[in-house]
Amino acid sequence: MIGVARARGWRARGWKGTLDWVAVHSLGLALGLMFALPIVFVFLTAVMSDSQAFTKDLWPREWHWGNFLEVFEQAPLVRYLGNSLLYSGLATVGMLLSSIPAAYALAKLRWRGRNVVFLLVVGAMMLPPQVVAVPLYDTWSSMGLTGTLWPLIVPYFLFDAFSIFLLRQFILTIPQSYVDAARVDGCTEFQALTRIVVPMARPGIAATALFCFLYTWNDYFGPLLYTSEKPDQWTLSLALASFKGMHHVQWNLAMAVTLLIMVPAVVLFVFAQRSFVRGITFTGVKG
Amino acid sequence: MTATLERVDVVRPAPAKGRSRSRARHRLTVLAFLTPAILGFALFFGYPLVATIGFSFTKYDLINPPEWIGWENYAYMFSDKLFRVAVYNTLWFVVVLTVARVVFALGVASVIARLKSGVGLVRTLCYLPSLAPPVAATLVFFLVMRPNDGPLDSLLGWFGIEGPLWFADPVWAKPGIAAVMLWVSGDLMIILLAAILDVPQEQYEAAELDGAGPVRRWWHVTLPTISPVLTFGVVNSIILALQLFTQAVVAGSAASGSADVTGSTKVLGFPENSTLTFPVWLYTQGFRYFDMGYAAAMATVLFVVSFAATVVLVQRIRRASHQEDGA
Repeated sequence: MIGVARARGWRARGWKGTLDWVAVHSLGLALGLMFALPIVFVFLTAVMSDSQAFTKDLWPREWHWGNFLEVFEQAPLVRYLGNSLLYSGLATVGMLLSSIPAAYALAKLRWRGRNVVFLLVVGAMMLPPQVVAVPLYDTWSSMGLTGTLWPLIVPYFLFDAFSIFLLRQFILTIPQSYVDAARVDGCTEFQALTRIVVPMARPGIAATALFCFLYTWNDYFGPLLYTSEKPDQWTLSLALASFKGMHHVQWNLAMAVTLLIMVPAVVLFVFAQRSFVRGITFTGVKG
Repeated sequence: MTATLERVDVVRPAPAKGRSRSRARHRLTVLAFLTPAILGFALFFGYPLVATIGFSFTKYDLINPPEWIGWENYAYMFSDKLFRVAVYNTLWFVVVLTVARVVFALGVASVIARLKSGVGLVRTLCYLPSLAPPVAATLVFFLVMRPNDGPLDSLLGWFGIEGPLWFADPVWAKPGIAAVMLWVSGDLMIILLAAILDVPQEQYEAAELDGAGPVRRWWHVTLPTISPVLTFGVVNSIILALQLFTQAVVAGSAASGSADVTGSTKVLGFPENSTLTFPVWLYTQGFRYFDMGYAAAMATVLFVVSFAATVVLVQRIRRASHQEDGA
């Protein structure tokens, strides 16, 4: 059976088509490997011995799996992990509470000024964080909250431009007739949101939550601005940046930490690949 | 549309009084849904934006009250040598990164779009690096491009090429950061891939009937159809380049060999200020030298430039959504 199908494909493609198929697929595979290669190097270095990590060797002579444990003794990684989880976790919860109603109002409610508000959201999304850093730092500092994670978390409970934008894009794809039907059946807007829109937009909400979590998990500027003076409040990104400096002779350990910090994001991606891809395409394609 | 209107009329005969009451309730609902967002926007964008512009006309060190000095901060920019360096570095990234990122992502997406099997695997491999935190991604390339004994130099050595000092060489530090940014450009690739796969098949068939080969089909059918997404990619890359901070700070501080990412100012811009981007210099002035007024003036300049780029993007989005409504 398989042989027959293959022969048919072969005949349909012909010599030129087959050559083309091979060329495109080798190129695709080469591209994929090119993207993976740096991580392979990092992994191989992370399991080398201290002395071999210095050398030109690309392949470890012995596999030092213990490096991944040793980094926990060299730096309070558990503490940093806790701070990162606190920042990313609370920010994501806050974002969902504040952004879902706002996105619903922008996508499914009719009111004057809706377009203006949407433009403000897009504008805020594009605003470099450095532009507003000075007065914000000044305000948090006068409240005595610099050196804590609060200046990073609190804003998400009120406003996150990118999440509102992305959620709006998802909610727009839910047919208006569903919402109208709910209204006809006597639902309040709040009920239409919680009973109709939220369940239907679940994949979009998941994608937005993933992006929010990942953004805060990866954030460096925010933690650097507010917690750099207080090492016990550092997040993983901030700690990693200084780890390389503190252990600049220990490539293997620095790379072990680099890998460890990438694990949560990769695990999330593996479990929610579809949401990621949908979320990315929605940011760019579906205006 | 008409169907829903009729239905509403049937259910609600709506005497004038009731309608106005429900309209008021509607307004209250909208307001309730938007209250956190309005508050957050005002507190974290509106107010600080106005305050930044205000601070930019003052001398302010965070301890003593701000002192009004008019346009002095802006005038000082013209004599600040490092300001010029920072502008040059950021412009370098705006030009190089935008061209390289869009061309590279388009190339990769075009290859993936032609795959008949293994699309998921290749797409995943290309996207995975963009999940890496910017700090980690930069350190990955710092290892790969390590002078003398790094993997890249080992590979080059097989061809008899001796690599430069990479991140420690002022000529190679910026291209090194650009390489990191290309490695993590998977999100743009996926957006472009989706756009390419969305091109209607009939258009290709029509072009084929006219005798167009694969190259001409790509040039005359694919490119024009995905041009709105390409514009998005260009503007998005410009904004990314204008904000380039983390990769520059990490590359500079790691290459300097300093343990002190958070205290010393020497590591910023290392080597020889080649990685001193506009946001890095802004950060240094404001949060290392505590010259908040000057930092605010730089922030105002950054805002004006970013805003111009955003206006272009918003127009693009609106035009695209109008097309969608019309279809």
